[in-house]
Amino acid sequence: MREEILITVRDNYKIDPTVSVWGWQVIADLFLVGLTAGALIFAALVILRGKEETFDFTAKRLPLIGLISIGLAMTFLFLKLTHKIVFWRFFGAFVPTAVMSWGAWLLQLVILAILLLTLQGLRKGYPSLASPVEKFGIGRWALNWAERIKRPVAWASVVLGVIIAFYTGTLMTSMDARPFSSSGLMAPLFLVSGLATAAAVVLIGSRNAEERRLFTGTLFGLLAFKVLLLALTLANLANGSQQQIESLHPIFGGDYTQLFWLFFVIPGLLVPLVIEAFGLRGKRPAWMIISPVLVLYGAYMLRQLFVDLGQVSGYIDYVNTYNPALLDLLGMH
Amino acid sequence: MIRYAMVIDTKLCIGCGDCVVACKTENKVPAGLNRDWVVEATTGTYPDLKTEFRSERCNHCTKPTCLYACPTAATYRWEGTNIVLVDPDKCTGCGACIAACPYDARLIMNEGYVSKCTFCHHRVEQGLDPACVASCPTNCMHFGVLDDPNSTVSRLLATREHKAMHEETGNEPQVYYLT
Repeated sequence: MREEILITVRDNYKIDPTVSVWGWQVIADLFLVGLTAGALIFAALVILRGKEETFDFTAKRLPLIGLISIGLAMTFLFLKLTHKIVFWRFFGAFVPTAVMSWGAWLLQLVILAILLLTLQGLRKGYPSLASPVEKFGIGRWALNWAERIKRPVAWASVVLGVIIAFYTGTLMTSMDARPFSSSGLMAPLFLVSGLATAAAVVLIGSRNAEERRLFTGTLFGLLAFKVLLLALTLANLANGSQQQIESLHPIFGGDYTQLFWLFFVIPGLLVPLVIEAFGLRGKRPAWMIISPVLVLYGAYMLRQLFVDLGQVSGYIDYVNTYNPALLDLLGMH
Repeated sequence: MIRYAMVIDTKLCIGCGDCVVACKTENKVPAGLNRDWVVEATTGTYPDLKTEFRSERCNHCTKPTCLYACPTAATYRWEGTNIVLVDPDKCTGCGACIAACPYDARLIMNEGYVSKCTFCHHRVEQGLDPACVASCPTNCMHFGVLDDPNSTVSRLLATREHKAMHEETGNEPQVYYLT
Protein backbone atom coordinates (compact mmCIF):
# COMPACT_ATOMS: atom_id res chain seq x y z
CA MET A 1 0.00 0.00 0.00
CA ARG A 2 0.92 3.61 -0.35
CA GLU A 3 -1.17 6.12 1.53
CA GLU A 4 -0.35 9.79 2.02
CA ILE A 5 -2.59 11.65 4.44
CA LEU A 6 -2.46 15.36 5.21
CA ILE A 7 -2.28 15.67 8.96
CA THR A 8 -2.30 19.45 9.05
CA VAL A 9 -4.83 21.62 7.25
CA ARG A 10 -4.32 22.25 3.57
CA ASP A 11 -7.33 23.88 1.98
CA ASN A 12 -5.89 26.59 -0.25
CA TYR A 13 -8.49 28.29 -2.43
CA LYS A 14 -8.66 26.77 -5.95
CA ILE A 15 -5.67 24.53 -5.16
CA ASP A 16 -7.17 21.93 -2.83
CA PRO A 17 -8.40 19.26 -3.04
CA THR A 18 -7.49 19.53 -6.74
CA VAL A 19 -6.27 22.48 -8.76
CA SER A 20 -9.17 24.40 -10.32
CA VAL A 21 -7.50 27.71 -11.05
CA TRP A 22 -8.53 27.73 -14.72
CA GLY A 23 -12.31 27.86 -15.04
CA TRP A 24 -14.88 28.66 -17.71
CA GLN A 25 -13.19 31.94 -18.60
CA VAL A 26 -10.03 30.18 -19.81
CA ILE A 27 -12.06 27.47 -21.54
CA ALA A 28 -14.18 30.06 -23.37
CA ASP A 29 -11.00 31.99 -24.21
CA LEU A 30 -9.36 28.93 -25.76
CA PHE A 31 -12.54 28.17 -27.73
CA LEU A 32 -12.98 31.71 -29.05
CA VAL A 33 -9.30 32.16 -29.92
CA GLY A 34 -9.50 28.87 -31.85
CA LEU A 35 -12.54 30.18 -33.74
CA THR A 36 -10.69 33.42 -34.52
CA ALA A 37 -7.69 31.44 -35.78
CA GLY A 38 -9.94 29.43 -38.09
CA ALA A 39 -11.66 32.60 -39.32
CA LEU A 40 -8.28 34.22 -40.05
CA ILE A 41 -7.04 31.21 -41.99
CA PHE A 42 -10.17 30.55 -44.07
CA ALA A 43 -10.83 34.20 -44.90
CA ALA A 44 -7.19 34.72 -45.84
CA LEU A 45 -7.04 31.60 -48.03
CA VAL A 46 -10.15 32.68 -49.95
CA ILE A 47 -8.66 36.16 -50.52
CA LEU A 48 -5.31 34.72 -51.61
CA ARG A 49 -7.05 32.44 -54.12
CA GLY A 50 -9.08 35.38 -55.46
CA LYS A 51 -12.40 33.62 -54.72
CA GLU A 52 -13.98 36.38 -52.63
CA GLU A 53 -17.06 36.66 -54.82
CA THR A 54 -17.67 32.91 -54.85
CA PHE A 55 -17.08 32.41 -51.13
CA ASP A 56 -18.38 35.77 -50.00
CA PHE A 57 -19.44 34.77 -46.47
CA THR A 58 -15.97 33.47 -45.68
CA ALA A 59 -14.13 36.44 -47.15
CA LYS A 60 -16.47 39.26 -46.19
CA ARG A 61 -18.52 38.25 -43.16
CA LEU A 62 -16.53 35.63 -41.25
CA PRO A 63 -13.76 38.07 -40.18
CA LEU A 64 -16.21 40.18 -38.14
CA ILE A 65 -17.31 37.06 -36.28
CA GLY A 66 -13.63 36.38 -35.61
CA LEU A 67 -13.12 39.95 -34.41
CA ILE A 68 -16.07 39.68 -31.99
CA SER A 69 -14.75 36.31 -30.82
CA ILE A 70 -11.29 37.62 -30.03
CA GLY A 71 -12.85 40.62 -28.24
CA LEU A 72 -14.92 38.30 -26.07
CA ALA A 73 -11.91 36.04 -25.52
CA MET A 74 -9.86 38.96 -24.21
CA THR A 75 -12.74 40.03 -21.98
CA PHE A 76 -13.07 36.54 -20.50
CA LEU A 77 -9.32 36.35 -19.97
CA PHE A 78 -9.44 39.64 -18.09
CA LEU A 79 -12.33 38.33 -15.98
CA LYS A 80 -10.24 35.29 -15.10
CA LEU A 81 -7.38 37.29 -13.61
CA THR A 82 -7.60 37.32 -9.84
CA HIS A 83 -5.38 40.41 -9.53
CA LYS A 84 -6.84 42.54 -12.30
CA ILE A 85 -5.36 45.82 -11.15
CA VAL A 86 -1.97 44.91 -12.66
CA PHE A 87 -3.25 43.23 -15.86
CA TRP A 88 -1.11 45.63 -17.87
CA ARG A 89 1.96 43.80 -16.58
CA PHE A 90 1.44 41.31 -19.43
CA PHE A 91 2.79 44.05 -21.66
CA GLY A 92 5.46 45.23 -19.26
CA ALA A 93 7.72 42.29 -19.99
CA PHE A 94 8.41 39.60 -22.53
CA VAL A 95 9.38 36.30 -20.91
CA PRO A 96 10.62 33.95 -23.65
CA THR A 97 10.17 30.82 -21.50
CA ALA A 98 6.54 31.65 -20.71
CA VAL A 99 4.09 30.49 -23.38
CA MET A 100 1.46 32.90 -22.00
CA SER A 101 3.84 35.81 -22.55
CA TRP A 102 4.18 34.84 -26.23
CA GLY A 103 0.38 34.64 -26.36
CA ALA A 104 -0.11 38.09 -24.87
CA TRP A 105 2.01 39.68 -27.57
CA LEU A 106 0.86 37.47 -30.45
CA LEU A 107 -2.77 38.25 -29.66
CA GLN A 108 -2.09 41.92 -30.37
CA LEU A 109 -0.97 41.00 -33.88
CA VAL A 110 -3.95 38.67 -34.29
CA ILE A 111 -6.37 41.44 -33.28
CA LEU A 112 -4.74 43.77 -35.81
CA ALA A 113 -4.92 41.16 -38.59
CA ILE A 114 -8.56 40.20 -37.96
CA LEU A 115 -9.49 43.90 -37.70
CA LEU A 116 -7.91 44.59 -41.11
CA LEU A 117 -9.61 41.53 -42.64
CA THR A 118 -12.93 42.73 -41.19
CA LEU A 119 -12.45 46.22 -42.64
CA GLN A 120 -11.60 44.92 -46.13
CA GLY A 121 -14.89 43.03 -46.23
CA LEU A 122 -17.11 45.53 -44.45
CA ARG A 123 -18.54 47.32 -47.53
CA LYS A 124 -19.85 44.15 -49.17
CA GLY A 125 -20.25 41.95 -46.12
CA TYR A 126 -21.96 44.39 -43.80
CA PRO A 127 -23.09 47.45 -45.81
CA SER A 128 -25.24 48.72 -42.96
CA LEU A 129 -22.16 48.81 -40.73
CA ALA A 130 -19.94 50.28 -43.43
CA SER A 131 -22.16 53.28 -44.19
CA PRO A 132 -21.80 55.01 -40.80
CA VAL A 133 -18.04 54.33 -40.91
CA GLU A 134 -17.81 55.97 -44.33
CA LYS A 135 -19.39 59.15 -43.03
CA PHE A 136 -16.06 59.96 -41.40
CA GLY A 137 -12.99 60.74 -43.46
CA ILE A 138 -10.75 58.53 -41.37
CA GLY A 139 -13.29 55.69 -41.61
CA ARG A 140 -13.35 55.94 -45.41
CA TRP A 141 -9.58 56.01 -45.49
CA ALA A 142 -9.36 52.95 -43.22
CA LEU A 143 -11.75 50.92 -45.41
CA ASN A 144 -9.88 51.90 -48.59
CA TRP A 145 -6.51 51.13 -47.01
CA ALA A 146 -7.67 47.74 -45.70
CA GLU A 147 -8.94 46.82 -49.17
CA ARG A 148 -5.66 47.91 -50.75
CA ILE A 149 -3.42 45.87 -48.46
CA LYS A 150 -5.66 42.81 -48.14
CA ARG A 151 -3.26 40.39 -49.87
CA PRO A 152 -0.22 41.00 -47.63
CA VAL A 153 -2.59 41.00 -44.63
CA ALA A 154 -4.02 37.68 -45.84
CA TRP A 155 -0.53 36.14 -46.04
CA ALA A 156 0.20 37.33 -42.51
CA SER A 157 -3.20 36.08 -41.34
CA VAL A 158 -2.55 32.52 -42.50
CA VAL A 159 0.71 32.45 -40.54
CA LEU A 160 -0.78 34.17 -37.48
CA GLY A 161 -3.86 31.93 -37.54
CA VAL A 162 -1.75 28.78 -37.46
CA ILE A 163 0.54 30.17 -34.76
CA ILE A 164 -2.25 31.38 -32.47
CA ALA A 165 -4.19 28.11 -32.79
CA PHE A 166 -0.97 26.24 -32.00
CA TYR A 167 -0.49 28.59 -29.06
CA THR A 168 -3.76 27.54 -27.43
CA GLY A 169 -2.62 23.91 -27.50
CA THR A 170 0.97 24.69 -26.58
CA LEU A 171 -0.23 26.64 -23.54
CA MET A 172 -1.73 23.41 -22.25
CA THR A 173 1.27 21.29 -23.26
CA SER A 174 3.71 23.62 -21.53
CA MET A 175 2.19 22.82 -18.14
CA ASP A 176 4.26 19.71 -17.54
CA ALA A 177 2.87 19.44 -14.03
CA ARG A 178 -0.56 18.60 -15.51
CA PRO A 179 0.03 15.21 -17.15
CA PHE A 180 -3.29 14.88 -19.00
CA SER A 181 -2.78 18.04 -21.03
CA SER A 182 0.97 17.73 -21.55
CA SER A 183 0.84 15.72 -24.79
CA GLY A 184 2.76 17.25 -27.68
CA LEU A 185 -0.25 16.59 -29.91
CA MET A 186 -2.34 19.25 -28.21
CA ALA A 187 -1.16 22.00 -30.58
CA PRO A 188 -2.23 20.28 -33.84
CA LEU A 189 -5.40 19.04 -32.14
CA PHE A 190 -6.38 22.57 -31.14
CA LEU A 191 -5.46 23.90 -34.61
CA VAL A 192 -7.71 21.36 -36.34
CA SER A 193 -10.45 22.01 -33.79
CA GLY A 194 -10.20 25.78 -34.35
CA LEU A 195 -10.46 25.31 -38.11
CA ALA A 196 -13.47 23.02 -37.62
CA THR A 197 -15.28 25.63 -35.50
CA ALA A 198 -14.74 28.30 -38.18
CA ALA A 199 -15.95 25.88 -40.89
CA ALA A 200 -19.03 25.17 -38.76
CA VAL A 201 -19.74 28.90 -38.48
CA VAL A 202 -19.55 29.21 -42.29
CA LEU A 203 -22.02 26.33 -42.67
CA ILE A 204 -24.39 28.01 -40.22
CA GLY A 205 -24.11 31.48 -41.76
CA SER A 206 -23.61 30.97 -45.49
CA ARG A 207 -26.53 30.73 -47.92
CA ASN A 208 -24.23 30.18 -50.91
CA ALA A 209 -24.58 26.61 -52.27
CA GLU A 210 -21.02 26.41 -53.60
CA GLU A 211 -19.57 27.74 -50.37
CA ARG A 212 -21.62 25.28 -48.33
CA ARG A 213 -20.50 22.40 -50.57
CA LEU A 214 -16.83 23.32 -50.14
CA PHE A 215 -17.14 23.64 -46.37
CA THR A 216 -19.12 20.42 -46.03
CA GLY A 217 -16.13 18.54 -47.45
CA THR A 218 -13.72 20.68 -45.44
CA LEU A 219 -15.57 20.08 -42.17
CA PHE A 220 -15.79 16.34 -42.84
CA GLY A 221 -12.04 16.19 -43.43
CA LEU A 222 -11.29 18.28 -40.35
CA LEU A 223 -13.55 16.18 -38.13
CA ALA A 224 -11.98 12.96 -39.38
CA PHE A 225 -8.52 14.42 -38.69
CA LYS A 226 -9.68 15.61 -35.26
CA VAL A 227 -10.88 12.12 -34.33
CA LEU A 228 -7.52 10.73 -35.45
CA LEU A 229 -5.57 13.34 -33.49
CA LEU A 230 -7.67 12.76 -30.37
CA ALA A 231 -7.04 9.02 -30.61
CA LEU A 232 -3.32 9.66 -31.08
CA THR A 233 -3.29 12.05 -28.11
CA LEU A 234 -4.82 9.39 -25.87
CA ALA A 235 -2.40 6.79 -27.25
CA ASN A 236 0.46 9.20 -26.61
CA LEU A 237 -0.62 9.60 -22.98
CA ALA A 238 -1.13 5.84 -22.61
CA ASN A 239 2.50 5.35 -23.63
CA GLY A 240 3.84 8.19 -21.52
CA SER A 241 5.07 8.56 -17.96
CA GLN A 242 3.36 6.89 -15.01
CA GLN A 243 1.59 10.17 -14.23
CA GLN A 244 0.32 10.43 -17.82
CA ILE A 245 -0.94 6.85 -17.76
CA GLU A 246 -2.71 7.51 -14.45
CA SER A 247 -4.17 10.74 -15.82
CA LEU A 248 -6.20 8.63 -18.28
CA HIS A 249 -7.99 6.74 -15.52
CA PRO A 250 -10.78 9.35 -15.12
CA ILE A 251 -11.93 8.79 -18.72
CA PHE A 252 -11.52 5.02 -18.67
CA GLY A 253 -13.82 4.03 -15.84
CA GLY A 254 -13.31 7.07 -13.61
CA ASP A 255 -15.42 10.12 -12.84
CA TYR A 256 -15.13 11.64 -16.32
CA THR A 257 -15.94 8.52 -18.35
CA GLN A 258 -19.54 9.39 -19.20
CA LEU A 259 -18.78 13.06 -19.75
CA PHE A 260 -15.89 12.28 -22.10
CA TRP A 261 -17.48 9.57 -24.22
CA LEU A 262 -21.24 10.21 -24.03
CA PHE A 263 -21.19 14.00 -23.88
CA PHE A 264 -18.11 14.81 -25.97
CA VAL A 265 -16.81 12.11 -28.32
CA ILE A 266 -20.18 10.83 -29.54
CA PRO A 267 -22.22 14.05 -29.90
CA GLY A 268 -19.33 16.45 -30.46
CA LEU A 269 -17.27 14.41 -32.91
CA LEU A 270 -18.80 11.19 -34.21
CA VAL A 271 -22.40 12.33 -34.82
CA PRO A 272 -21.38 15.43 -36.85
CA LEU A 273 -18.82 13.32 -38.69
CA VAL A 274 -21.56 10.91 -39.82
CA ILE A 275 -23.89 13.80 -40.70
CA GLU A 276 -21.21 15.55 -42.76
CA ALA A 277 -20.46 12.26 -44.54
CA PHE A 278 -24.14 12.27 -45.53
CA GLY A 279 -23.70 15.83 -46.79
CA LEU A 280 -20.81 14.79 -49.04
CA ARG A 281 -23.40 13.37 -51.45
CA GLY A 282 -24.09 16.92 -52.53
CA LYS A 283 -27.27 17.84 -50.67
CA ARG A 284 -27.50 19.81 -47.45
CA PRO A 285 -31.08 19.75 -46.14
CA ALA A 286 -32.14 22.15 -43.39
CA TRP A 287 -31.95 19.56 -40.59
CA MET A 288 -28.19 19.28 -41.16
CA ILE A 289 -27.78 22.55 -39.26
CA ILE A 290 -27.54 20.29 -36.21
CA SER A 291 -24.09 19.14 -37.38
CA PRO A 292 -22.20 22.47 -37.23
CA VAL A 293 -23.97 23.29 -33.97
CA LEU A 294 -22.68 20.01 -32.54
CA VAL A 295 -19.21 20.81 -33.88
CA LEU A 296 -19.20 24.07 -31.90
CA TYR A 297 -20.42 22.19 -28.82
CA GLY A 298 -17.72 19.54 -29.32
CA ALA A 299 -14.99 22.15 -29.69
CA TYR A 300 -16.01 23.78 -26.41
CA MET A 301 -16.22 20.42 -24.66
CA LEU A 302 -12.78 19.45 -25.95
CA ARG A 303 -11.28 22.45 -24.22
CA GLN A 304 -13.43 22.04 -21.13
CA LEU A 305 -12.31 18.44 -20.69
CA PHE A 306 -8.63 19.02 -21.39
CA VAL A 307 -8.50 21.99 -19.01
CA ASP A 308 -10.45 20.16 -16.28
CA LEU A 309 -8.72 16.80 -16.66
CA GLY A 310 -5.38 18.56 -16.88
CA GLN A 311 -5.98 20.26 -13.57
CA VAL A 312 -7.33 17.11 -11.91
CA SER A 313 -4.20 15.21 -12.95
CA GLY A 314 -0.94 15.94 -11.22
CA TYR A 315 1.89 14.65 -9.10
CA ILE A 316 0.28 15.31 -5.74
CA ASP A 317 -2.43 12.94 -4.57
CA TYR A 318 -2.91 13.34 -0.83
CA VAL A 319 -5.85 12.09 1.15
CA ASN A 320 -7.15 15.37 2.53
CA THR A 321 -9.02 14.62 5.72
CA TYR A 322 -9.70 18.29 6.43
CA ASN A 323 -13.37 19.02 6.79
CA PRO A 324 -14.26 22.73 6.54
CA ALA A 325 -17.48 22.00 8.45
CA LEU A 326 -15.32 21.47 11.54
CA LEU A 327 -14.56 25.19 11.59
CA ASP A 328 -18.29 25.88 11.78
CA LEU A 329 -18.55 23.50 14.70
CA LEU A 330 -15.73 25.35 16.47
CA GLY A 331 -17.52 28.61 15.84
CA MET A 332 -20.67 27.28 17.46
CA HIS A 333 -18.89 26.52 20.70
CA MET B 1 23.65 30.44 -8.15
CA ILE B 2 23.85 30.05 -4.37
CA ARG B 3 21.73 27.01 -3.51
CA TYR B 4 19.87 27.08 -0.23
CA ALA B 5 18.41 23.76 0.84
CA MET B 6 16.18 22.44 3.57
CA VAL B 7 16.85 18.99 4.97
CA ILE B 8 14.16 17.26 7.04
CA ASP B 9 14.82 14.09 9.02
CA THR B 10 11.73 11.91 8.64
CA LYS B 11 13.09 9.64 11.43
CA LEU B 12 12.82 12.52 13.89
CA CYS B 13 9.71 14.33 12.67
CA ILE B 14 6.69 13.49 14.83
CA GLY B 15 4.16 15.40 12.75
CA CYS B 16 3.38 17.93 15.49
CA GLY B 17 2.65 20.71 12.98
CA ASP B 18 4.67 23.38 14.83
CA CYS B 19 6.35 24.28 11.54
CA VAL B 20 2.94 25.05 10.05
CA VAL B 21 1.96 27.26 12.99
CA ALA B 22 5.35 29.03 12.97
CA CYS B 23 5.02 29.80 9.26
CA LYS B 24 1.53 31.21 9.63
CA THR B 25 2.63 33.36 12.56
CA GLU B 26 5.90 34.59 11.06
CA ASN B 27 4.48 35.37 7.64
CA LYS B 28 1.00 36.41 8.75
CA VAL B 29 -0.57 33.87 6.40
CA PRO B 30 -4.33 34.53 6.40
CA ALA B 31 -6.77 32.07 7.93
CA GLY B 32 -7.69 29.27 5.54
CA LEU B 33 -4.42 29.47 3.61
CA ASN B 34 -1.21 27.52 4.15
CA ARG B 35 2.32 27.80 2.83
CA ASP B 36 3.41 24.51 4.42
CA TRP B 37 1.75 21.34 5.59
CA VAL B 38 2.60 17.93 7.07
CA VAL B 39 1.98 14.61 5.36
CA GLU B 40 1.87 11.21 7.00
CA ALA B 41 2.95 8.64 4.42
CA THR B 42 2.50 4.92 4.98
CA THR B 43 3.97 2.37 2.60
CA GLY B 44 4.41 -1.40 2.55
CA THR B 45 2.25 -4.44 3.16
CA TYR B 46 0.87 -5.34 6.55
CA PRO B 47 2.57 -6.13 8.89
CA ASP B 48 5.67 -4.66 7.20
CA LEU B 49 4.47 -1.08 7.14
CA LYS B 50 6.63 2.00 7.22
CA THR B 51 5.39 5.45 8.23
CA GLU B 52 7.13 8.76 7.75
CA PHE B 53 6.12 12.33 8.48
CA ARG B 54 7.06 14.96 5.94
CA SER B 55 6.84 18.70 6.47
CA GLU B 56 6.27 19.99 2.93
CA ARG B 57 6.37 23.37 1.21
CA CYS B 58 7.64 24.99 -1.99
CA ASN B 59 10.79 23.10 -3.01
CA HIS B 60 12.61 26.21 -4.29
CA CYS B 61 13.69 24.23 -7.34
CA THR B 62 16.82 25.22 -9.18
CA LYS B 63 14.86 24.63 -12.39
CA PRO B 64 11.51 26.10 -11.31
CA THR B 65 8.79 25.55 -13.91
CA CYS B 66 6.63 28.13 -12.11
CA LEU B 67 9.23 30.81 -12.78
CA TYR B 68 9.59 29.79 -16.43
CA ALA B 69 5.79 29.87 -16.89
CA CYS B 70 5.18 33.30 -15.34
CA PRO B 71 4.29 35.68 -18.21
CA THR B 72 4.92 38.91 -16.28
CA ALA B 73 8.20 38.03 -14.54
CA ALA B 74 6.39 38.35 -11.20
CA THR B 75 8.08 35.14 -10.11
CA TYR B 76 11.78 35.70 -9.63
CA ARG B 77 14.86 34.39 -7.81
CA TRP B 78 15.98 36.21 -4.69
CA GLU B 79 19.43 37.80 -5.05
CA GLY B 80 21.09 35.15 -7.19
CA THR B 81 19.90 32.24 -5.09
CA ASN B 82 17.43 29.45 -5.76
CA ILE B 83 14.88 31.04 -3.41
CA VAL B 84 11.82 31.65 -5.60
CA LEU B 85 9.67 34.66 -4.69
CA VAL B 86 6.59 36.38 -6.11
CA ASP B 87 6.29 40.14 -6.59
CA PRO B 88 2.61 40.95 -5.82
CA ASP B 89 2.87 44.18 -7.82
CA LYS B 90 3.60 42.20 -10.98
CA CYS B 91 1.37 39.17 -10.41
CA THR B 92 -1.88 39.27 -12.42
CA GLY B 93 -3.26 36.06 -10.91
CA CYS B 94 -3.33 34.35 -14.31
CA GLY B 95 -2.63 30.99 -12.68
CA ALA B 96 0.12 29.85 -15.07
CA CYS B 97 2.55 29.28 -12.18
CA ILE B 98 -0.04 27.25 -10.26
CA ALA B 99 -0.64 25.03 -13.27
CA ALA B 100 3.12 24.69 -13.78
CA CYS B 101 4.04 23.72 -10.21
CA PRO B 102 4.11 19.93 -9.78
CA TYR B 103 3.92 20.30 -5.99
CA ASP B 104 0.75 22.43 -5.89
CA ALA B 105 2.76 24.57 -3.47
CA ARG B 106 1.36 27.95 -4.47
CA LEU B 107 -1.69 29.70 -3.11
CA ILE B 108 -3.91 32.61 -4.07
CA MET B 109 -4.06 35.38 -1.50
CA ASN B 110 -7.36 37.07 -0.71
CA GLU B 111 -6.13 40.14 -2.63
CA GLY B 112 -5.82 38.00 -5.78
CA TYR B 113 -2.07 37.67 -6.23
CA VAL B 114 -0.22 34.38 -5.88
CA SER B 115 1.96 33.65 -2.88
CA LYS B 116 4.13 30.82 -1.59
CA CYS B 117 6.82 29.78 0.87
CA THR B 118 9.73 32.20 0.74
CA PHE B 119 12.16 30.12 2.84
CA CYS B 120 11.68 33.17 5.14
CA HIS B 121 14.24 35.09 3.08
CA HIS B 122 13.73 38.09 5.40
CA ARG B 123 15.16 35.97 8.23
CA VAL B 124 17.82 34.34 6.04
CA GLU B 125 19.00 37.86 5.19
CA GLN B 126 19.73 38.35 8.89
CA GLY B 127 21.54 35.02 9.22
CA LEU B 128 18.54 33.30 10.82
CA ASP B 129 16.88 30.05 9.89
CA PRO B 130 13.37 30.04 8.40
CA ALA B 131 10.68 30.18 11.10
CA CYS B 132 9.60 26.56 10.55
CA VAL B 133 13.17 25.33 11.05
CA ALA B 134 13.75 27.54 14.09
CA SER B 135 10.56 26.36 15.78
CA CYS B 136 10.93 22.60 15.25
CA PRO B 137 10.84 20.95 18.72
CA THR B 138 12.58 17.75 17.60
CA ASN B 139 15.29 19.58 15.65
CA CYS B 140 14.47 17.50 12.60
CA MET B 141 14.65 20.43 10.19
CA HIS B 142 17.88 21.98 8.91
CA PHE B 143 18.59 24.85 6.57
CA GLY B 144 21.74 26.10 4.89
CA VAL B 145 23.83 26.58 1.80
CA LEU B 146 24.20 23.39 -0.18
CA ASP B 147 27.30 24.58 -2.00
CA ASP B 148 29.22 24.88 1.28
CA PRO B 149 30.57 21.37 1.99
CA ASN B 150 30.83 22.18 5.71
CA SER B 151 27.22 23.29 6.13
CA THR B 152 24.91 21.06 8.16
CA VAL B 153 22.69 20.37 5.16
CA SER B 154 25.68 19.31 3.02
CA ARG B 155 27.04 17.02 5.73
CA LEU B 156 23.66 15.43 6.35
CA LEU B 157 23.10 14.76 2.68
CA ALA B 158 26.64 13.38 2.35
CA THR B 159 26.17 10.90 5.19
CA ARG B 160 22.50 9.95 5.22
CA GLU B 161 20.13 8.32 2.75
CA HIS B 162 17.80 10.94 1.37
CA LYS B 163 15.23 11.75 -1.28
CA ALA B 164 13.49 14.77 -2.74
CA MET B 165 9.89 14.88 -3.94
CA HIS B 166 9.15 13.96 -7.54
CA GLU B 167 12.63 14.43 -8.89
CA GLU B 168 11.40 12.90 -12.15
CA THR B 169 9.92 16.31 -13.00
CA GLY B 170 13.43 17.61 -13.62
CA ASN B 171 12.75 20.67 -11.47
CA GLU B 172 15.64 19.87 -9.13
CA PRO B 173 13.76 20.44 -5.85
CA GLN B 174 15.86 21.69 -2.92
CA VAL B 175 13.88 20.30 0.02
CA TYR B 176 15.38 16.96 0.98
CA TYR B 177 14.07 14.24 3.27
CA LEU B 178 16.38 11.97 5.24
CA THR B 179 14.95 8.46 5.18
